Amino acid sequence: MSQKLEKLIDKKGLRLDGRKPEELRSIKIEVGILSNADGSAYIQQGKNRILAAVYGPRELHPKHLARPDRTVLRCRYHMAPFSVQERKSPAPSRRDIELSKVIREALEPSVFIEYYPRTGIDVFVEILQADGGTRCASITAASLALADAGIPMRDLVAACAAGKVDDTIVLDLMDTEDKKGVADVPVALMPNVDVITLLQMDGILTFDEFEKAVNLALEGCRKIYQMQKEALKTKYVSVNEVEE
Amino acid sequence: MLSIIVRLKQKQIAELIAKEKRLDGRGLTDYREIKVEQGIIERAEGSAEVFLGKTEVMVGTKIEIGKPFSDTPNEGALAVNAELVPLASPTFEPGPPDENSIELARVVDRGIRESKAIDLGKLCIEPGNKVFVIFVDVYVLNHDGNLIDASALAALAALLNTKMPNYEIEEDEVKIKPGYTPLPLRKHPIAVTFAKIDEKLIVDPWLEEEQIMDARLTMTIDDDGNICAIQKGGSGCLTSEQVLEAAKIAREKADEIREKLKW
Repeated sequence: MSQKLEKLIDKKGLRLDGRKPEELRSIKIEVGILSNADGSAYIQQGKNRILAAVYGPRELHPKHLARPDRTVLRCRYHMAPFSVQERKSPAPSRRDIELSKVIREALEPSVFIEYYPRTGIDVFVEILQADGGTRCASITAASLALADAGIPMRDLVAACAAGKVDDTIVLDLMDTEDKKGVADVPVALMPNVDVITLLQMDGILTFDEFEKAVNLALEGCRKIYQMQKEALKTKYVSVNEVEE
Repeated sequence: MLSIIVRLKQKQIAELIAKEKRLDGRGLTDYREIKVEQGIIERAEGSAEVFLGKTEVMVGTKIEIGKPFSDTPNEGALAVNAELVPLASPTFEPGPPDENSIELARVVDRGIRESKAIDLGKLCIEPGNKVFVIFVDVYVLNHDGNLIDASALAALAALLNTKMPNYEIEEDEVKIKPGYTPLPLRKHPIAVTFAKIDEKLIVDPWLEEEQIMDARLTMTIDDDGNICAIQKGGSGCLTSEQVLEAAKIAREKADEIREKLKW
């Protein structure tokens, strides 16, 4: 097919949106933007627009799911019907269910779940517009929403993908690169503890390429972590200033 | 929640693993005995059953004529589904697929799809209109841990055993002719799953190890030693050193299995 011949990286080594291989898209993060939620965050990463909200710890329904020794963290990743080119049915797809699971498992290691026995914490993620790398951006936002809800955590979780596009290992793939690229490696990191809480891959990579991609993704996570901290400070420091 | 027996064993399993040993006598990177039977369901276009220790997974493939996806008009389609059949484990319940069966199906699917194991271009009948759709149905019959590796192996064995119907096109109608040709298969992706218990990685966890593991990591490796799919599972975490170590072991293990099965 003709699209196979299409180059995703030009002669100068720049990508379709003018980025260098190891460059993140522009990211805007805001914390605490939903008044009803116990915690919330909004992230714009490239054309991604994602809202995350946390409710809880609160009584868990159905009650038989409650655990005597810990809280139950639940997560729902959901895409708005208008978030993609062709309308997506609002019913959860198999992909949504898998992503809900891996996002939950990426966040869970960071939360002191044993602090709130017999309760539930719900994390809701809504993709308002998707532009590739939504699972990572969702984790970045959801972790901030958990922090904003005042839930005790070991660390924030920052997530970012790396991958292979044409012959180059690149950071933070956008939609076209994700679809037409060779491989995609989403990674989530707890930067202070230095452990990986999400790792997936699809595509084909040699061992050396994989090592390079993981390291690049981890670097991306660390950069995003700085932005997460800034976003938290922006909310909480400015509140203090008003009080004074 | 963990059963009392498992909780009691938890300490023992962890202590043994610290000494590079396992409760069932295996080394940390040893697989249980693998047995593969092919062509056991005559009604299916292809079938196989894999025994991985006491874990049993059957896969049947069916081929239908359908419409291609709009982004790949010249390619056949692949659909993988997994059923955690209630008779296989006290923890499996009847009803619509839960997140575990969806994850299982999607990890198996990713391995086959991303390694480009099936030459989907050869499954096109009429571009943009009619293609062959390969349905791979994973049926877990007994759950004793590591369903991913057993299912991926069974899916591949079933695909290797799959026969494509011969056809010709008469007046825009697809006529099925007698006889079969084998499904065009190019690669043999092998999934290798690790459990992390007490900071150690072990290969092919069985049920009791799975119940106490911190995290799970699956790497699917193609014939050339490339990684073609990865999935981390479980509510634990991994260090980057553990991830790279796993990638190295997965390569050796995948070669070993491929050699053993002569694929």
